[in-house]
Amino acid sequence: MTETVSRPAGAHQVPLPLDVEAIRADFPILSRTVRDGKRLVYLDSGATSQKPTSVLDAERWFYENVNAAPHRGAHQLAEEATAAYEAARTTIGAFIGAPENEVVFTRNSTEAINLVAYALSNAATAKEPEFRRYAVGQGDEIVVTEMEHHANLLPWQQLCERTGATLRWLGLTDDGRLDLSDLATVVNERTKLVAVTQQSNILGTINPLGDVVARAREVGALVLVDGAQSVPHQRVDVTELGADFLVFSGHKMLGPTGVGVLWGRYDVLDALPPFLTGGSMIEVVRMEGSTFMPPPQRFEAGVPMTAQVIGLAAAVEYLQRLGMDAVQAHEEALTEYALQQLQAIPGVTVIGPPDTVARGGAISFTVEGIHPHDVGQVLDDLGIAVRVGHHCAWPVVRRYGVPATTRATFYVHTGYDDVDALVEGVREAQRFFGVAPSEVK
Amino acid sequence: MQLQSMYQDIILDHYRNPHGRGLRNPFEAEVHHVNPTCGDEVTLRVHLDGETIADVSYEGMGCSISQASVSAMYDLVIGKSVTEAMRTGEQFMTLMQSKGNATVAEELEDDLEDAVAFAGVSKYPARVKCALMSWMALKDASARALSTTNEAN
Repeated sequence: MTETVSRPAGAHQVPLPLDVEAIRADFPILSRTVRDGKRLVYLDSGATSQKPTSVLDAERWFYENVNAAPHRGAHQLAEEATAAYEAARTTIGAFIGAPENEVVFTRNSTEAINLVAYALSNAATAKEPEFRRYAVGQGDEIVVTEMEHHANLLPWQQLCERTGATLRWLGLTDDGRLDLSDLATVVNERTKLVAVTQQSNILGTINPLGDVVARAREVGALVLVDGAQSVPHQRVDVTELGADFLVFSGHKMLGPTGVGVLWGRYDVLDALPPFLTGGSMIEVVRMEGSTFMPPPQRFEAGVPMTAQVIGLAAAVEYLQRLGMDAVQAHEEALTEYALQQLQAIPGVTVIGPPDTVARGGAISFTVEGIHPHDVGQVLDDLGIAVRVGHHCAWPVVRRYGVPATTRATFYVHTGYDDVDALVEGVREAQRFFGVAPSEVK
Repeated sequence: MQLQSMYQDIILDHYRNPHGRGLRNPFEAEVHHVNPTCGDEVTLRVHLDGETIADVSYEGMGCSISQASVSAMYDLVIGKSVTEAMRTGEQFMTLMQSKGNATVAEELEDDLEDAVAFAGVSKYPARVKCALMSWMALKDASARALSTTNEAN
């Protein structure tokens, strides 16, 4: 590869842990071109990831060979579909160190969080006394942070509006980290649940969950961890995490759209009333009233997204073959290189931690004199796919006083050539809009 | 490079030197519109002299397309009746839905003046809403201003 830009001192390419060329061959979409024949430089895995052939094959295998509704029917296909569905649950549970009966399939992280939020308000009016243990009501408090994705903010705002509980939050520091200075007062005896992201989708920050979990334990509050941006990119073990809930989305970790996971400690799940009701989740149904299955079936009403679950298990197996420690190290090397390269461009400001300490591979930045949409448009013209806007974390961009950011995110198929293309693209945007470094004040 | 088809010089000129920018008095209606997918915002005031748009004043933040669009709109609608301005707005909407069809742009050139330069934007569905935000705000503010003045009469 020829060099097109001079690198700043110290920006060097350490050997990447993953074989990028071999991995790219596994992703059919990476062989297509965009915008008049340009190589696709996909730096938007944080929004949704691309899918390797093995995931596509797994879904196709299911539909071509065993398609049937699991957990119903007396025929062979139904048996095989049920076995495949439950085997996938075991595989996906093992990926996060959880037994299969603690793994609930949802549509995505958003639905998983809503499931918990609605279960907590449903608990207040449940006719079954055993479902009222975690009821949220007036005088109770829910704690979130200012860096949450809207998916881990709005369900809690709405829960508080439904129940009369109060929403409180932990703020952010100027360098893009959680401000834990008032943790002991914000999380207190009135706190019923703390909802916090493990890795910020916009800042890249990896949060010190141990401190938050420890404080929540002191006051007897539940902890929900949003793993949508962490589970795809680092090794996560629910036992080490010490939380009560972990949510993540399949489509951000090489899996299909339409499937996500709610992991919950069994005794907590077992004390929650259902969110959605209907077929599959019932024990006995009478016109006068019904009883429900134990977890996880209690939370899986209707015929599930079976093919997607099987696709997600294939994605998990793909990631396990690469090794999650290698995936994380790979992205860390790219992130370090990209942070150095981007911050060496006059006029570019990274919004979030400036180095790789407790930081993942989501890099948000602004370019002085150019709106993020316009940066994104120039990059798109060069075949580079990034996200622009507020990234479903509007309070974060407001906190840092910018209208929006441009965000690049990395994954297993990302190489130094992708980062170089991004950096050159940002310079091209500066030239195009007449704010090239020499003209930046 | 396809960028020049979207970022015509006219658009970049309006972006760098916007016409009519700033909030002014008097006004009969003020609206605040946001583009929820990206966070772009515009606050827009309309001042009517009878049925005629005497002034449109605005503040906003957003990309070059959204900011240039409101500037070009300002030039087009001042001195027009609300009815005429809304018809121009519909023509601009037609241009934005043209998916880069050159014939549509040619037909609208006389009426849309500088705003016909946004024809290139119509090829990028994600950016069409940027160009339309100010026109939506104008439609909203004009309707409110009319109902205010009608009530006053």
